[in-house]
Amino acid sequence: MDLPIFLIQILNSVQYGLLLFLVASGLTLIFGIMGVINLAHGSFYMLGAYAAFTLSSLTGNLFTAIALGVILAVAFGYALEWVFFSFLYKRDHLQQVLLTYGLILVFEELRSLAVGDDVHGVPVPASLSASIPLGSTMTYPLYNLFISAACLVVAALLFVLLRCTKLGMMIRAGAANREMVQSLGIDINFLFRVVFALGVALAAFAGMIAAPASSVYPGMGNQVLIICFVVVVIGGIGSVIGALVAALLIGFIDTFGKVFLADYSGILVYLLMAIVLVWRPEGLFRENAA
Amino acid sequence: MSAPRRALLILAFLALALLPLLAGKFYVDLFAKIMIMAVFAMSLDLLVGVTGLVSLGHAAFFGLASYMVVLAAPDQYAPVSLWTSLPLAVAASALLALIIGALALRTRGVYFIMVTLAFSQMVYFVFHDTKIAGGSDGAYIYVKPQATIGSWSPFDLGNSTHFYYAMLALLVLTLGLLRLLLASRFGHALRGIRSNEQRMRALGFNTYAYKLAAFTLAGAIAGVAGYFAAVQFGVVNPEMASWHQSANVLLMVILGGVGNLFGAIVGAFALVLAQDFFSSLTKHWLLPMGAFIILVVMVLPRGLIDTLQTLRGWAGRRG
Amino acid sequence: MLAARELTRRFGGVFAVDRVSLELQADEIHALIGPNGAGKSTLINLLSGELAPSAGTISFRGAPVPHARPEQMARLGVGRTFQRSNVFMELSAFENCRLAAQARLPRGWAVYERALDCRASTKAARRALGSVGLESRNDATAAALAHGERRALEIAMCLATEPSVLLLDEPLAGMGAEESLRVLALLRTLKRGRAILLVEHDMDAVFAVADVITVMADGVVLASGSPEIVRANSAVREAYLGDAF
Repeated sequence: MDLPIFLIQILNSVQYGLLLFLVASGLTLIFGIMGVINLAHGSFYMLGAYAAFTLSSLTGNLFTAIALGVILAVAFGYALEWVFFSFLYKRDHLQQVLLTYGLILVFEELRSLAVGDDVHGVPVPASLSASIPLGSTMTYPLYNLFISAACLVVAALLFVLLRCTKLGMMIRAGAANREMVQSLGIDINFLFRVVFALGVALAAFAGMIAAPASSVYPGMGNQVLIICFVVVVIGGIGSVIGALVAALLIGFIDTFGKVFLADYSGILVYLLMAIVLVWRPEGLFRENAA
Repeated sequence: MSAPRRALLILAFLALALLPLLAGKFYVDLFAKIMIMAVFAMSLDLLVGVTGLVSLGHAAFFGLASYMVVLAAPDQYAPVSLWTSLPLAVAASALLALIIGALALRTRGVYFIMVTLAFSQMVYFVFHDTKIAGGSDGAYIYVKPQATIGSWSPFDLGNSTHFYYAMLALLVLTLGLLRLLLASRFGHALRGIRSNEQRMRALGFNTYAYKLAAFTLAGAIAGVAGYFAAVQFGVVNPEMASWHQSANVLLMVILGGVGNLFGAIVGAFALVLAQDFFSSLTKHWLLPMGAFIILVVMVLPRGLIDTLQTLRGWAGRRG
Repeated sequence: MLAARELTRRFGGVFAVDRVSLELQADEIHALIGPNGAGKSTLINLLSGELAPSAGTISFRGAPVPHARPEQMARLGVGRTFQRSNVFMELSAFENCRLAAQARLPRGWAVYERALDCRASTKAARRALGSVGLESRNDATAAALAHGERRALEIAMCLATEPSVLLLDEPLAGMGAEESLRVLALLRTLKRGRAILLVEHDMDAVFAVADVITVMADGVVLASGSPEIVRANSAVREAYLGDAF
């Protein structure tokens, strides 16, 4: 493998890993703090991508579409927690699994009714449509670098939020010990709503920003969901750092796996999970939200 | 078991036994399918309702056994013997369950749910992405397995009615064996694990071994169901090992009520009939289906059987 | 029978148990007392295998037991009760004890034998329930029992496993005076041939039955010996007993 191709695979790995991280961080926070297993999390990613498609055709500008989309996602997440998810906290895992599974079906069909089942592309904005040359023969799309950069910025913002703000402290405390936070008099309902909205927004943002680079298709939510579960298992529930490490690890293994193993590469991620399970059943970093 | 319950059971069995004489092929095939799913659901109930292990990857064992019908046949057009290919398929599922269980059972609670889901996705991908048995298109079963022993042919799996009665026998046999298991010390230990695993360990039980045994057994029984599902359907495709299938069977278990096996049977009937009903209404039937799932789990978390009993209790007190 | 040597357990920077050495002899009731947070429950968790020690050794009948897991210690014959009732809530009191008794029986894999026909476990369960006075509550689910009854059930379950070492974590907490007396009398008969570790706050009970008393505070052993010696120890009186004695 010569250098330019190797570099391309590295860049692809990082991009995929960072996108996964954005989606998985929401999942791990929601699980770590509210104790809810949410199968519908992948649907937020899918809805984000379809929103990017609809909004960018409406506004003609991807950036405006993304900005609008994030605002909508936060509002949607806030409302969804209030109306639906707040009823799940007292339920056992079996019920949560099935309730959120039902939600996936509802989301998928609503999207199907609203926008149809076609596969779509979202145009890359002109300002980012150039390609960067790598070596003498290969090029790399500027937009893909933008994706990685944007994800890094959001990830950095997330870490700042969790480490340096009062809200972040409450979130980390909630992830470590839910009852304690409640007994300290913090409005736990508000905290939950904020965390949930944050999770939805992260997943939707990932979907929106990835849309121009991949295609927008009905099954994309489910696919990302299961890989995110693997990320959370490997990284440790509630741990945002764990999600980052695991997501990047998976990004590399999946990308390079496809190069060397073609057909069977899909299994590699699960093999990694199996190895981690034998070594550390609770994940690499447990119970430490960032 | 109480007398009215036993009467109800006998009545249900008679109804099922008489069905082929009264209904047309469509219903005979439908109810045979439901009975296969009931066996599948009972195997999961052993895990979820009895041992307290919520597995979201049970379809992996169902799907593997289905594929074994095709994979174990040396030649697509030559008939295989039921008596060799069924044990082979079940053994494959049991082995897969042993391996996945050995790893997955190192985790607990939500981790376990996610890990079982992920492993079953692995199985799904092997069938979907690779060239083994047709990839995403699946493969046809051109010749059904034969039940012939020597020159005696007890039944023909290709015949709707024969197949139906074979499935009824399977259902009754599985129910009987599992009930026996639940009444045994092994079964009581499993219930103890569900109730309070920490205490079981403090008492001296090797809970990992018990859970692994239950997981493997459940996988084997799921394999039996998968095998006959493939035989009836005539086609195998990766969707039989998909997580939608896993979620489906989990839903059946909770729909009827966990823990006593009858719930799984009732749940299978209720869900397949509901799916049949919704899909006949509209192309977008997953929407009412999803709403139905949410409604049922929200309102009837203990399942139909429990709810019916509670209602009967209320009615009894009023009257 | 069961001995701990320099047993230590750290949680981050906190030494919950710091180089504690303890010996449980047969025919003895060894009481473990100390203020809240002294490390008594942690010590029991270490001895029963629920927690792994950060340092130190545990030996059973002279032989060291490295990396013991709860089920291993239980199989060796170490039984325990929990400070907060840790029973099978949905099962009947009888089934609770029967399961406990079943743990020690061989051939758990005999799937064709009905559990309720198993004479060994059903007899042991009845006996255990009788010795704590719960025979009339056989069929009640554990969840339906009163708090004191549930504490009695905890003890019954421990007894049903026929242990040679009993680790009892505040068994009398929440019990009425009459029940407490019955349990204490039971302990006196049980200690023959067995070693009993009794963690308790009720000083009257402790001084009534204990053969040996160990006092812990802040994870270390303050004093250990016969009740008279401990009662006279000035450091102990200052830290814990106050003017009561």
